[in-house]
Amino acid sequence: MAAEAQTIAELSRALKARDTTAEVVLERCLQRITERNGTLNAFITVFEHEARAQAREADREIAAGKYRGPLHGVPISIKDLFDVRGSATTAASRVRQDHVADADAPSIAALRQAGAVFIGKTNLHEFAFGTTNEDSAYGPARHPLDPNRSPGGSSGGSAASVADGMCYASMGTDTGGSIRIPSAACGLVGLKPTIGELSTEGVVPLSTTLDHIGPLCRSVEDAAILYDVLRGGSARPPGKPIDLRALKLAIPRDYFLSVLDPQVASAFDSACARLRDAGATLDDVAIPHAGDVAAIYLHIVLTEAAAYHAKTLERRSEDYTPNVRIRLEMGRYVLGEDYARALRGRELIRREVDAALDGVDGLFLPALAIPAPKIGVPIVRVGATEEPVRNVMLRCTQAFNVSGHPAITLPCGSTTEGLTTEGLPLGAQIIGIYQDTAGLLQVARAVESVVAARAENYLGPGRSR
Amino acid sequence: MTVKTWLEMAIQDAERRGLPELKPLLEGLAKATSALRTAEWNADATGDPIFEFRIPDRESR
Repeated sequence: MAAEAQTIAELSRALKARDTTAEVVLERCLQRITERNGTLNAFITVFEHEARAQAREADREIAAGKYRGPLHGVPISIKDLFDVRGSATTAASRVRQDHVADADAPSIAALRQAGAVFIGKTNLHEFAFGTTNEDSAYGPARHPLDPNRSPGGSSGGSAASVADGMCYASMGTDTGGSIRIPSAACGLVGLKPTIGELSTEGVVPLSTTLDHIGPLCRSVEDAAILYDVLRGGSARPPGKPIDLRALKLAIPRDYFLSVLDPQVASAFDSACARLRDAGATLDDVAIPHAGDVAAIYLHIVLTEAAAYHAKTLERRSEDYTPNVRIRLEMGRYVLGEDYARALRGRELIRREVDAALDGVDGLFLPALAIPAPKIGVPIVRVGATEEPVRNVMLRCTQAFNVSGHPAITLPCGSTTEGLTTEGLPLGAQIIGIYQDTAGLLQVARAVESVVAARAENYLGPGRSR
Repeated sequence: MTVKTWLEMAIQDAERRGLPELKPLLEGLAKATSALRTAEWNADATGDPIFEFRIPDRESR
């Protein structure tokens, strides 16, 4: 039954065949938002009126034979960092509450052209400067499976909206992991293409040389559909998955797997075993200076964020949330020579990741070292040590913002349902060849067929816990 | 400027600006800056051989 479609691919087939209508699908999503947004705080703004008009138009066009492709009539949410014409881009900050965008960001324009229905703007960590979504002028977004926990961040509202069945996909941004972290925490697929591949114009920046945009969705096939549209082409049917027996993956074990929650480690080991059982080859590989990544990342992101916010910090510091304000202020003290050192280190990391990918189809590692953390808890126990939540959440992802390689996370679990003993999803991550996001998606489809458990993670109408 | 001197000045400035809560963050940043400055891949103007990028060999996998 079309109304129960879980993915864009499934829904689009039903819409094209007119087994359901965009209006029916949208009303189910709006109903879900009415029921659940009070708990999850996923949305800052819901475009009820505009979305209904878009859905009606989509139905008219499809009925008239003017089918635009697999996003036509599909409800999508947008992180409130993207400009959508005629609406505020708040960045979850009081600093921007009076802002109104006069044009769509190019990425949003591409989705609009493809017939997507914009259901609303989602909550985030203020100015995308955090991994938990706790610091937002609109209050924290909450995890669909446990509202006492963070959905991850900074695209936390986006992940919650997709995982809870309020929409079929969301547009997010990723500067250190802000698409992949919440996707992993909420059991979704999250794609960060190669740096610079998709325009960040019309998106409030955090760090201009580290920022990426990309989708959060429920399957690799859906990620490919969205990626194609965002690239500016008409969406094409995804290609045939590559043969698992020919798949070669490398595991950058030393740094990335050295600080992992035991359940994450177990789930990842289980995923590796399943891939090997299916015929894939997995070997360890070194990224010799991975241990320098956190320092490199910190000096770049702090400097670039401070440059963007300095003037506003002088005039309206009280309009920032306290934690974000103080971290932005920290960036104003980084010396130019240290920023330059970080840029040199960045080039080294890029080359080391390239080298690690030599002769293999991708790197394979966890996406998030811990399950979704509890809200308001700044320190988390990871195995035998205690770590700051922010540091440990960035540990598996930020290296690939520094290097710029394309990366994707997908659900992976050690149990049949792919959940921890607390019922939380876990994520694996694949890193692709530089400037070959399409190749990464092919690899991810093959891996997904073995390790993912997306159907069990997705809540959706009628599945709430 | 050494990291130690930088940290002292930064903390002093933060306190002057009424931001004493910056102190622990600046101390954490100072550790990261020290790590960055002592990394083996930094350039050296004396002409000493600088760090040469190594391709990981197959055996390391």
